[in-house]
Amino acid sequence: MRKALGLFAFISFTLFILAAAMSIRPFGEPVHREMDDYFIFHAQEEASANNVVTSVVFDYRGFDTLGEATVLFTAVAGVLMALRHYKGVNS
Amino acid sequence: MNGDIVAINFPFIVVALLLALGFYTIGFKRNLIKVVIGVEILEGAVNMFLVALGYSKGGYAPIYTLAPKESLNNMVLPTPQALTLTSIVIGVAVSALMLAFAVNLYKHYGTLDVTRMRRLRG
Amino acid sequence: MTTTIIKTTTRILVPLILVFGAYIILHGHLTPGGGFQGGAVFASGLALLIVACENEVVKKRFEKVPLSALESIGALGFLGMAALGLMGYTFFKNVIANSGFLFGGKTPIGINPGYLNTGGTLSYMNIFVGMKVLAGLTSIILVFFLLLGVKEDEW
Repeated sequence: MRKALGLFAFISFTLFILAAAMSIRPFGEPVHREMDDYFIFHAQEEASANNVVTSVVFDYRGFDTLGEATVLFTAVAGVLMALRHYKGVNS
Repeated sequence: MNGDIVAINFPFIVVALLLALGFYTIGFKRNLIKVVIGVEILEGAVNMFLVALGYSKGGYAPIYTLAPKESLNNMVLPTPQALTLTSIVIGVAVSALMLAFAVNLYKHYGTLDVTRMRRLRG
Repeated sequence: MTTTIIKTTTRILVPLILVFGAYIILHGHLTPGGGFQGGAVFASGLALLIVACENEVVKKRFEKVPLSALESIGALGFLGMAALGLMGYTFFKNVIANSGFLFGGKTPIGINPGYLNTGGTLSYMNIFVGMKVLAGLTSIILVFFLLLGVKEDEW
């Protein structure tokens, strides 16, 4: 009984997501591109880098990279703390 | 619906199928490692959706080093690619923590079956 | 889970993988790549070095590598480079670009073969983030391997 209910919910969710994927805007025509045009035209004189993606990651949107460095540090600390009491690990 | 929509929106249909596969693996499998693999499939589907949103028709990669001559005015949007980098690293961190907890669960209960880990003992 | 085939292959492949990872980190402002991608490639080369040996050899070899110090230097260096723009401008401003320091040169506008001397604070941040990712991923793989307790070769 519970398995039949779960199967019905899963199939209805799949059909809903497929209908949403077919009625989204066509693939390859972005609507607003003013901000990215500014990034492409001014990346070589302000950030002096040939790679526009790296200049977006480290110069124009550097706060997100700072938050991600914090997440990486917290994950490593959590893993090293959760596996502390086993026999071969002591350094 | 005609076959034109299916041919044009093909990356979004693949994202929908991967989402359905990820949710099936989380909800209907018994082994704990298979549940972890389902979470990783979900994270891969979301990253692919982010990258597929930033494509413009006939565009080139947004890099100026030794680029071909006709790529100066139609480049692909660079912002979704930068946000996907952050999302991938966060997915790696979540997977590492989940596997560390799975090792502890096996040592405490003696089995990896999800339907047997019921009571909050100890 | 260590065999003779893996040991022989590791002796040839590991220097090439480490040099390739360092190349991706250094040329982050000219070709696709950067700090995170190069750090992941470097960490996978070190992971191959960990998996191919027994438990005591790995412990003895990785005793003198200061992994936690490398990670701390990477995080503090990244913050220091970002706080360098606080003297007069905003936080995270690229103050080394188009000036005369180590990585500050002018980029010609348009399509050009890449010059290594450009980049500003971008190149320093690539190196620091590469060190941080390398140390973090290697620590995780080291802890999971020491848990296993491998004593001898399989065949």
